[in-house]
Amino acid sequence: MATQQQPTARGAKSLARSRPRYGEHIVKAILLVAALISVATTLGIVAALVEPTIEFFSEISFADFFGSTTWGPLFSPPYFGVWPIIVATLEITLIAIVVAVPLGLAAAIYLSEYASPRVRKIFKPVLEVLAGVPTVVFGFFALVFVTPLLQSWFPFLNLEAKNALAAGLLVGVMIIPIVASLSEDSMAAVPNGLREGSYALGASKMLTSVRVVVPAAFSGIVAAIILAISRAAGETMIVAIAGGFRSEFTFNPANEMSTMAAFIAQAGSGDASAGSTAYKTIFAVGSLLFIMTFAMNWFSARLVQKYREVYE
Amino acid sequence: MAVLSTPRSAVQLAGKGRPLREHLFRIALLSSLVIALGFLALLLIYVVQEGWPRISPTLWEAMPSIRRPETAGVQSGIVGTLWIIGLTALMALPTGVLAAIYLEEYADRTKWYNKIIELNISNLAAVPSIVYGILGLGIIARWLEFGFTVMTGAMTVSLLVLPIVIISAREAIRAVPPSIREGSLALGATQWQTIYRQVLPSAIPGIATGSILALSRAIGEAAPFLMLGAATLVRFNPEGVWSSFTVLPIQIYSFITQSREEFHVLASAAIVILLAILLLMNSIAIWLRNRYQKRW
Repeated sequence: MATQQQPTARGAKSLARSRPRYGEHIVKAILLVAALISVATTLGIVAALVEPTIEFFSEISFADFFGSTTWGPLFSPPYFGVWPIIVATLEITLIAIVVAVPLGLAAAIYLSEYASPRVRKIFKPVLEVLAGVPTVVFGFFALVFVTPLLQSWFPFLNLEAKNALAAGLLVGVMIIPIVASLSEDSMAAVPNGLREGSYALGASKMLTSVRVVVPAAFSGIVAAIILAISRAAGETMIVAIAGGFRSEFTFNPANEMSTMAAFIAQAGSGDASAGSTAYKTIFAVGSLLFIMTFAMNWFSARLVQKYREVYE
Repeated sequence: MAVLSTPRSAVQLAGKGRPLREHLFRIALLSSLVIALGFLALLLIYVVQEGWPRISPTLWEAMPSIRRPETAGVQSGIVGTLWIIGLTALMALPTGVLAAIYLEEYADRTKWYNKIIELNISNLAAVPSIVYGILGLGIIARWLEFGFTVMTGAMTVSLLVLPIVIISAREAIRAVPPSIREGSLALGATQWQTIYRQVLPSAIPGIATGSILALSRAIGEAAPFLMLGAATLVRFNPEGVWSSFTVLPIQIYSFITQSREEFHVLASAAIVILLAILLLMNSIAIWLRNRYQKRW
């Protein structure tokens, strides 16, 4: 008995003592440092972008950058009107969203509302595999399979060998898993009581899905779509391979067009010598891309915070 | 009106079994899923079929070439990718898990600096990978003077996958029910002892799954490496962390940009290798999740 009681008593005594536990504080400090590395990453990105961007704008005026529609920093003489690559980025993003939102959302509704647990267990990992396909692979597929296919099916489109349409379609396929899995998560979080209430009022499965579950999960769905948009806008390899590098000012998706990310990749992979104005253009365009995705994400965070329905 | 419309739809719907549009809706949903996944199948069939003639030991025994596609391989790309993944695992996984522990177990969510960390991580997850390439180029390669080396590549990709590791590790830690922690604390364990001996062992399968998926993202990434000088033809394996390097996706990219048809066959064969590695990692992750997932 006595031997059994002893450790308990000693343990209780040691717990009661007021000596601070330095080890615990050290651990907490180490963990905080690990968490701060992510903040340092953001600061690093900003630091990498700011200085060359300022230098760029001391050489090329804001008016030249945003006021002209001729782009060709790698030409001689160079042109710095940024609109062609902005238009190309928006156009490819739009094509991608048109592909990904209906397909992704429908897949999410099916997985969340209709599929049996067994079916879900098969489909979700396959969707993850689709999400894991490297973007060079999608780019290659767009260039050697989708473009020739579109050319033979729709000859009247006059698709060029590299074009925004095929690139946009494949960017769309790439972001389907993002839209689908994040939307599915937020639909799965809608409590069953809402569905049961809807059925009790006589609504069918379709009405319940479309008018109850989707609105209840709306903020999560919008956040998923915004994340997908920023992925599409920043996608590099697909557009570099299948969309090409030419940067005429055009709205026609059958043409070759260079996006912002494709330009960065082209100039950054050795086409611009360090220190030149063309080289600084990489950072100016990078800043623009970073600000665009940052603004979208901030907007999305605000939206989710404001409209999120909290249940339980 | 509002009062009237409810009974009407209720009558209509409760009516005769399932109306046609219910079936059509269900079919439309299912076909969306099948289209998305059918696309994956089409892609796999295409690259395997195209690359089949070149899938032989030459592919992983020979070095890349832009002159002789028939005898070229991708060995330096495979070895480079393994180096990058090894170093990324060493750097990003511990950092990410520690950060996740801090955010889930220690952070007081009402404090402004913790809010900034949270918002920052979700922002970083949306930053395009090419922008991480600029970070690697501007800060790691030039400012820290690490140059275009394996170390620069691995650090850049570590920062790229860090938010993914943190987010998935947090989910795994959050899934451990509070009662486990309370029990441990009630028995006199300190907070760190509770985390180290109770929370982490329970969360490990989830953390491992998320980590493998994050690393597979790193394997497929090409855009940042374009900025880090990996695009040039590298005909040797890296000898250490300060050696120049190339990775498999970049090799594939450089084959694709060649105009001769043989290079497209070579690219397809290299893609098959890349996808095989990724599928293997994905299967391990899914197996881990199904095998060890606990239901509390």
